[in-house]
Amino acid sequence: MLTLILLLIPLIASILVLFLKGESVKWFSFFATIIQLIFTFYVYSVFQNKEAAKSLLAINIEWISSPKINFNIALDGMSLLMVFLSNLLMPLIVLAGFNRTQERSHIFYSLVLLMHFALIGVFVSFDGFLYYIFWELALIPIYFISLNWGGVNRSTVTLKFFIYTLAGSLLMLFGFLFLYWNTNLHSLSWFDLTVNHICSCKQGFLFWMFFIAYAIKIPLIPFHTWQPDTYSTAPTQGTMLLSGIMLKMGLYSLLRWLLPIIPNGVAEYTPIAIALCVIGVVYASVIAIMQTDIKKLFAYSSIAHVGLIAAGIFALNMQGIQGGLVQMLAHGINVVGVFYCADIIINRTGNSNINSLGGIRLLAPRFATYFIIIVLGSVALPLTNSFIGEFMLLFGIFEYNSWAAIMAGLTIILGAVYMLRMYQKVMLGDLNENVTVFEDLKWNEELVLATIAILIFVFGIFPKPILELVEPIATEIFKISFVK
Amino acid sequence: MNTLIYTACLGLFGLLAEIFNLRKYLIPIMVLGLAVIFSLNLQTWNHPETHFNGMLTDSNFSTAFSGLAIFIMLIILILAGDFYTSSDDEKHISDYMAILVFTLCGALMMFSYANMAMLFLGIETLSISLYVMAGSRRFEVKSNEAGFKYFLMGSFASAFLLFGIALIFGVTGTFSIDGIGVYMRAHADQLDPLFIVGMLLMIFAMLFKVSAAPFHFWAPDVYEGAPSLITALMSTLVKIAAFAAFYKLLSVCFVFALGKAEIILTVSCAATILIGNLVALTQDNFKRLLAYSGISHAGYMLLAIISLQGSTDSALFLYSTGYAVASLAAFAIAITVFKATGTESISGFNGLGKKNPMLAAGLSMAMLSLAGIPPFAGFFGKYFIFSEAMRNGYQNLVFLAIISSIIGVFYYMKVIVAMYSKQANEFEVKPTFSYQLVIIVCIVLSIFIGIFPGLFTKLL
Repeated sequence: MLTLILLLIPLIASILVLFLKGESVKWFSFFATIIQLIFTFYVYSVFQNKEAAKSLLAINIEWISSPKINFNIALDGMSLLMVFLSNLLMPLIVLAGFNRTQERSHIFYSLVLLMHFALIGVFVSFDGFLYYIFWELALIPIYFISLNWGGVNRSTVTLKFFIYTLAGSLLMLFGFLFLYWNTNLHSLSWFDLTVNHICSCKQGFLFWMFFIAYAIKIPLIPFHTWQPDTYSTAPTQGTMLLSGIMLKMGLYSLLRWLLPIIPNGVAEYTPIAIALCVIGVVYASVIAIMQTDIKKLFAYSSIAHVGLIAAGIFALNMQGIQGGLVQMLAHGINVVGVFYCADIIINRTGNSNINSLGGIRLLAPRFATYFIIIVLGSVALPLTNSFIGEFMLLFGIFEYNSWAAIMAGLTIILGAVYMLRMYQKVMLGDLNENVTVFEDLKWNEELVLATIAILIFVFGIFPKPILELVEPIATEIFKISFVK
Repeated sequence: MNTLIYTACLGLFGLLAEIFNLRKYLIPIMVLGLAVIFSLNLQTWNHPETHFNGMLTDSNFSTAFSGLAIFIMLIILILAGDFYTSSDDEKHISDYMAILVFTLCGALMMFSYANMAMLFLGIETLSISLYVMAGSRRFEVKSNEAGFKYFLMGSFASAFLLFGIALIFGVTGTFSIDGIGVYMRAHADQLDPLFIVGMLLMIFAMLFKVSAAPFHFWAPDVYEGAPSLITALMSTLVKIAAFAAFYKLLSVCFVFALGKAEIILTVSCAATILIGNLVALTQDNFKRLLAYSGISHAGYMLLAIISLQGSTDSALFLYSTGYAVASLAAFAIAITVFKATGTESISGFNGLGKKNPMLAAGLSMAMLSLAGIPPFAGFFGKYFIFSEAMRNGYQNLVFLAIISSIIGVFYYMKVIVAMYSKQANEFEVKPTFSYQLVIIVCIVLSIFIGIFPGLFTKLL
């Protein structure tokens, strides 16, 4: 029941917000997301009590009788982690838009909240078909957000994004249909599929159906070409949604729907998957170094980071999976911060080329402080939130193959190179002639960045609660998938 | 059966209305009449009966499809009120209305036939009405071309159908579909070659009627030339009627003989899906676009026809319903925009997102439903058809269908992109009340079916 409420709050909010006008739209959306966040903490407290949790959190009713499809939602540790991440980022994303004026803002925020609904749905669905519906549903609002409120050349870019991701999803749909009719139970329930594996001879081909869908969403090389353009043309809040939460759908799905359901297929093709991930990490880092456009630089850095997470997951050991989960949370927070900083700079200077920026620190010292914290967070300095995650990921990859770990480890060095160089060029040094005025942070901007900075330190210095939440999940996934 | 009689009476009333000078009230009366017929039709649910010495049977199959057909015609008649506004049209309004209702009569016969003669009569009643309606804009060259082309090609296909029926009668000695079914079961392993030839001829004729490749060439020209409202009718009612008749024919008469025709049906299905989707990519005219999209939908529905077992009839019904509501919404919006801009090209939709957000949102949803994206009805129809095909072992066809639905998304998105990101044209667009009503009803139905598809999956 509680899970259903968690799902319904954004949906109801997205309908109600359509009837509002002007500033009230933003306040309403903000309060809706805050209520959702508070409710998440309550759900977490229920979740800790194992006995009560089972009955309160799961719903399983028949939706369609033939072919059998159930409305099956539940919360386990991994779902809770992702729901927590989404609900934590949502208020920040809404708050980020407070000092911007948008045409038809009620429709914009309605779409944002609808997206929130779909994302939560993806994370709590335990029936393959239901999960697929939410997965597709998440695509529609973000497409219209980017199409209507995006930047230059948006129609081509968003169309590419839409077709690309939809192509992946349809392959996944084929995979689900195939699973349904070729397993004995004729059910797409996660609980059935994890017990009742499909014959090994068919797993290899099924692996690709699912893997391509997720590789496009994450995105992994060579399926990433939609991502940099989409990130740089989408409106900032859209980019935050895409990079902070939506690409976590792909990583989450690897752990939820790929590893436990097609374990033999995964085992067979892991070398290729890891190779793709590691190549992606290095390739994207090198490209990021060459970038002069600030948003594109962050987009490529994001490809490198998620490539590392995916590589850790495909290492198929405890450290890798655990590190992947921790890093998903950390990356979600950092990437949202990074893109918001980029947006503040572009919005004030009208310029996104790092070579024609400089010296902003002199004009906006507070902004410079938050920005450096976020930059350090995303280069995984010790005591920031990504450090633990990246360390565990590399450890996991090292256990799988030391050469792969050495290659993937380059990301830390290369990451420091492009991030710090970017910071130096944009913020430090003398004032560039293109930057004459740069107003320091407004209240909402400061609130967003301060929250992110605090989260970076809190999770960096006290990672224990997260690790404790994550460990049993990683153990469980590992057990279901690889211990026979 | 009563449904058919009442519908025919309604059509006759339309013809007589001219004498009593009822032109003004004609459409409301017709709509009301159809609404009554719709509810009467529901009473035959779960009351299977045979009429006229086994010429027609009422079954749940026929009741469900009749209900859908009457609903579509109801929508078309509501739209007709603001469509036929020129003085030339107003002179002929009672003829038009009568012919439209006779089209429905043909469709009803095609759902409930139990005899080959009735099948033929149904198809001809439907087709002849449509030949007339397609050419009803007498002073437009394209309309004339559409009517004439449709008539020539259609009568050619009808000849095939008749020849097929004659051959099968020659072998089995009966016109009754149950009788033919009995013969087919008794001689399943040793079928007379003439029977096979007859079956193939009938299949070819039906493939023509549903505009499946390689018999699809008439469809785009006819759709483009015919008045938009008639295009809407052809792409929904006619296609669905032909498919229901085709399904019934194969499942009752030829199910054990289909091994001989499987390769033909499979190739035709694959070709229809691919050609429809690929050629649609290059279209600029909205009606032609929908024509090719209709061809690709025919391909998906053929998938249901091929995998005849299990609950494919329910899947076909769900698909037809989802397709019909989305198409009707799209046509209602398109007709409004055509009228405002004076062009039928996709560029006519440029900037609609700013001009009239509600219309643009409606058309977006219709397009997403046609493209098969959840949570709209179109997705579930596709899903169940694919699922049934997969169950019966047609994995390769399903894979092909899924790949081409990705292609399909391109051209549906083309319309959405035009509405939201292109510079607006100079025009004012405001749908009339009846159009708004139709659009809202269709979109709401599409979402409703998307949320409760379970109502349909075990219906038949």
